[in-house]
Amino acid sequence: MPVAIAPNPEADLDVDEPRAIDEGLVGHDRVFHASARTVGLVVLLLILCIGGFLGYQGFPTLQRYGLSFFTETRWLPERDIVGLAAVLVGTVEVALIALAIGFPLAFLTALFISEYAPARLRTTLVSLVDLMAAVPSIIYGLLGFAFLQPHLIYIARWLSEYASWIPIFRVDTDPHAAAWAQSKFTASAFIAGIAVSLMVIPLACAIMRAVFSEAPLGEREAAAALGATRWGVIRSVVLPFGRRGVIGGTMLALGRALGETIAVLLIISPAFEIKFRVLTVGTMTTSALIAGRFGEATPSQLSALLAAGFVLFLMTLSVNTVAAVFVNRSRTGAGTDV
Amino acid sequence: MQALTSEELTADIPRRTSARTLDDRASLLGAAVGSVALVWVLYERVFSLSGAVGFVVCWYLAFVTLYALVSGVSNPGPIVVDRVWAAVVTGGATLVGLALGATIVFIFVKGWPALHHLNFYTHDMAGVRPTSPLTQGGVLHAVVGTLIQIAIAVAIALPLGVATAVYMTEVGGRLTDAVRTVVEAMTALPDVLAGLFVYTVLIIGFHWERDGFAVSLALAVTMTPVIARSAEVVLKLVSSSLREASLALGASHWQTVKGVVLPTARAGLVTSLILGIARIAGETAPLLIVSGASTFFNKNPFHNPMNSLPLFIFSSVRSGEPAYITRGYGAAALLVALVLVLFVAARFLARDRQVAR
Repeated sequence: MPVAIAPNPEADLDVDEPRAIDEGLVGHDRVFHASARTVGLVVLLLILCIGGFLGYQGFPTLQRYGLSFFTETRWLPERDIVGLAAVLVGTVEVALIALAIGFPLAFLTALFISEYAPARLRTTLVSLVDLMAAVPSIIYGLLGFAFLQPHLIYIARWLSEYASWIPIFRVDTDPHAAAWAQSKFTASAFIAGIAVSLMVIPLACAIMRAVFSEAPLGEREAAAALGATRWGVIRSVVLPFGRRGVIGGTMLALGRALGETIAVLLIISPAFEIKFRVLTVGTMTTSALIAGRFGEATPSQLSALLAAGFVLFLMTLSVNTVAAVFVNRSRTGAGTDV
Repeated sequence: MQALTSEELTADIPRRTSARTLDDRASLLGAAVGSVALVWVLYERVFSLSGAVGFVVCWYLAFVTLYALVSGVSNPGPIVVDRVWAAVVTGGATLVGLALGATIVFIFVKGWPALHHLNFYTHDMAGVRPTSPLTQGGVLHAVVGTLIQIAIAVAIALPLGVATAVYMTEVGGRLTDAVRTVVEAMTALPDVLAGLFVYTVLIIGFHWERDGFAVSLALAVTMTPVIARSAEVVLKLVSSSLREASLALGASHWQTVKGVVLPTARAGLVTSLILGIARIAGETAPLLIVSGASTFFNKNPFHNPMNSLPLFIFSSVRSGEPAYITRGYGAAALLVALVLVLFVAARFLARDRQVAR
């Protein structure tokens, strides 16, 4: 560009006035932004709609039964007795059993993949965990029903024999009888919980592993240079860094376990009573109730089921949202600074 | 605690850090062999117990204890703790791996009697009684139903999911965080609720038929957040220098997204699509609620019920007829095979992307 040597007042004026760089959005960009925003909003609304419709349809039930909907244990719509107390207890029981078994295993597997496994195997192991998450839940239901149950009843009997001083393991049968009552131990919350734990392990494990492997290399090396063993590095660097991921992954697993339907439906035999003896036959969860009773429901029963669905929606959404907040915060690195 | 002499403190011999020492190997092997022998003697001979599960549990406990004791003979405390934790972590991971292996082997072994008949793949169940032998009838109608329902669900959920991801990563705005949190929470929404939602809105509200399309909508509701979330991760990986280069060359934002960001992330987006399909391929609860099951071949998603693999599995394993249950396991094996194929495809495409970089 030729430089003007002669002082020219008009040219000076041109040079000093900066060109407007931000010309705003051009036409099709405006459309693009608007439509992307619309889709984001639609997805958000869709989710609110799910809750809204379930609440709206279930409202007559809540209005009719009032508080007794949450305190009544029996579910006899044909006799106009409908209550969720036993079902909610069963839902939480199965979910907690699934977590009690799933959490340690998911935690150990995540540690193994991110810290112990040879580096060249790591990708394969990660995809195996993803594969485990992709196996449909009905398959785990079949596994629990036909493969695990015949073995698990022996473990259940053992627990009821030697750990019956813990009230939840008590079973009203004589474990020493020559022909022990196998049917007392089948179709229980314990067995359903183990099948569900198979579903939540990969979910929790994937999140924990991702957070563990993000632990800063510099701090790992610093710990190792100070003489820490491998476990020392894990305890002093990886776990403090990954705490949020562990909590978030566990909460997400809890959310999934609360809502798991088909595996539970395949395994349990329905029982509408509040009971904390998890090894004995029979329990009920909210989602299994909905799926199991939906087929023959009359309109008023349908409303009761929808109200149950609404309660389940609120439970899982709150658990999942808390989990998402934990996981997101650890993913963005906020709150993990030392 | 043993005091170090001054020679040891000053000696400048580097410690071997990574290689396994003889002590490491010998104590591992010794503890393993010793615990098997000990448990065998105690479990089988002294207490004369039986059961493979009990044996393995006792062996593992004995192994960890012995390993700790043997390590403690010649090593300081932290190393013993390290070794015990290594044994515990490896044991936990092995158990999970065994569970996955057992699942897949179990399904294929149980399904094999149905799987090796050719008619299982080429016939439907029309006119076939539940008690009929496995040489009659098949699951073609369920396979086709599943494929059609998945195809429609993908056609709805893929654009929605990717557009949501584009909104979260490229456009942004005040609602981004809300959308991200809710999408994340929705990926674990109970499948039965998606079915309930579609049922209340479409079938009660608009008096739709209980057909394949309603099922697809329920599946799309489940699938959209899954795709949105994984697509967001993929789009975030696109290097921002590529975006800036495109913008600096004068491309508009839309041209940048369409011409640079999405093509760069294409392989990753395919992976997220396949993960979404894997998530919905086995969904049973929404199908149970929304759709009825047919025994006949129906390739029209807008009229009459369609069957699908998960529904077929569910109804057959609950039927109580041995032959019909075997068909259910055969269908379950097909479903697992479908998921496996999708999965290998996803991994293959994801690997391709890394090579291309």
